[in-house]
Amino acid sequence: MQPTILLGTRKGLIAYHSNGRRWEVENLSFEGQPVSIAYADPRNGTWWACLDHGHWGVKLHRSADRGASWEELPAPAYPEGEEVKDGIPAATRYIWSMAHGGTRYGSKIWLGTDPGGLFMSEDGGNNFRLVESLWQHPTRKTGWFGGGRDQPGIHSILVDPRNEDHIYIGISCAGVFETLDGGSSWAIRNKGMRAEWLPNPDAEVGHDPHILVAAPADPDILWQQNHVGIFRSTNGAQTWEEVSQTEGPARFGFAIAVAEDDPHQAWVAPADSDMVRTAIKGALCICRTDDGGKHWKECRKGLPQENCFDIVYRHALATSGDALAFGTTTGNLFFSPDRGDSWQTLNNYLPMIYSVQFAG
Amino acid sequence: MPTIKFTYALKRFFPGLQDTSAGGANLTDVFGEMETHYPGVRSYILDEQGSLRKHVNIFIDGVMIKDRTTLSDPFPEHCEIYIMQALSGG
Repeated sequence: MQPTILLGTRKGLIAYHSNGRRWEVENLSFEGQPVSIAYADPRNGTWWACLDHGHWGVKLHRSADRGASWEELPAPAYPEGEEVKDGIPAATRYIWSMAHGGTRYGSKIWLGTDPGGLFMSEDGGNNFRLVESLWQHPTRKTGWFGGGRDQPGIHSILVDPRNEDHIYIGISCAGVFETLDGGSSWAIRNKGMRAEWLPNPDAEVGHDPHILVAAPADPDILWQQNHVGIFRSTNGAQTWEEVSQTEGPARFGFAIAVAEDDPHQAWVAPADSDMVRTAIKGALCICRTDDGGKHWKECRKGLPQENCFDIVYRHALATSGDALAFGTTTGNLFFSPDRGDSWQTLNNYLPMIYSVQFAG
Repeated sequence: MPTIKFTYALKRFFPGLQDTSAGGANLTDVFGEMETHYPGVRSYILDEQGSLRKHVNIFIDGVMIKDRTTLSDPFPEHCEIYIMQALSGG
C-alpha cells in the first residue's frame, strides 16, 4: 500500500500520511478553495491541485515538495473563438481529470475539462494546448451534452502502460473514446452501453459513463460505473457488457475501482437511483466482486448503517495493494486495510470530498 | 486616467495589489495594462475569451457595467473602476 492519501475537497487539498500504525494529516493547502482534483504524478512525486475558484476561475498549481510550497501555472485555455455549441463561447469551467502521459513520454500530462476539451502538455505542465482532433470530432457539437455538469466534461483519461499512444477517455455525456495514435484520431467505443435518456438508447454518442477505469494487471479489461449501471469490457472497449445486480445495491453510483493485481476484482460505491442520490436505505456499503461482476458482496463492517446520506463521487474511491479508501459528499473518509472486508473511519468532519488518490 | 480599485479578496492571490491608474480606449485595454502591473491578474477577472467571469462585477463610478461579454461600456477620462466579487458561493 502506498502511504499517502491525497484528497481534493470543497475546501482545500488535504493529504493524509500513514506511519504504519496511524493516518495523520500531513498537509492542508488552499484552505477554503474548491479543489476539483488533487493529483500526485507517480513518475516524479509532483503534486497537482486543480482549483475551481467560485469567483476567479479555474487555476492550476503544482508542488515539488509535497505541498510545502506551490507554483501557479497557466490553466488550460480554449483558443479564441472556440465554441461549445454555435453561439456559446468555450472557456474552461472545470478541470475534471488529470493523468500523466507515461514513462516513455516523461514530460507529458493530460487534462480533461468541462466543456469537453482534452488538453495536453509536453513540457511537464508549463503549457497546455487543446487537443484539436477530439475538439473537432464530428459528433461533438451535435451529440455531446451535459451530464452531472451543465456542459460536456471529460472525467476519465486512461493511458495504456503498454503503449502510451493508446488512450481511452470518458465523457459525460458522450461516452468512451479511444485513440491509438497519441490523440491524432479518435474512435467511439460505446457498443453495449445504453443511453436511456435518448430516443434511441443505442445511439452512437450521448452515453454517460460516470467513470472509467482499466485493470492494471490487464489493461484490456475495462470497468465503468455508468449512469444506467455497471459495465465491463474484456476486449479493450470494443464491446461492453452490463454486470450490475438485478436485485441488490450494485447498480447506480459514481465511483469504481479495480484491484491492482486482479482484473476481475472491483469495487463500487452504490447510491440510491438517480432520482434520490443518497445512501441506500440510510446505510453505506461498498460492493465487491471477485469474479468479473458475476457476483457482488456487500462490504458494510465499520461503515454507518443508519441515518446516513453519503454518496461517493466518481474520483473518490481508490485502491492500492490490499487497501481501499473513499471519501463522501458529507465529508467522511473511510479506509480499509483488507480489500473492503472491514472499514475504519479516518475523519467524519471533512469538507465534501471530490477526489481520493493513493500516492507515495 | 481612470483609477482601478480591487476587492480585498484578490489580495490573497496578488498581495501587492493596490489602487492603480490605467488608461485605454476600452476596459479590455485597461485590463491589458493591469496585466503588466500584476502578471496573471487578468485571468482571475476575465476568462480566456475576454468575458467577465460569472461571479465578478465591474462598476464604473458606482454603476455596474452592462456588457459583460465584450466589455464595451464607455468610461470617462477621470473615473474610478471597481473590480468586485459578487456575493455568491458557500
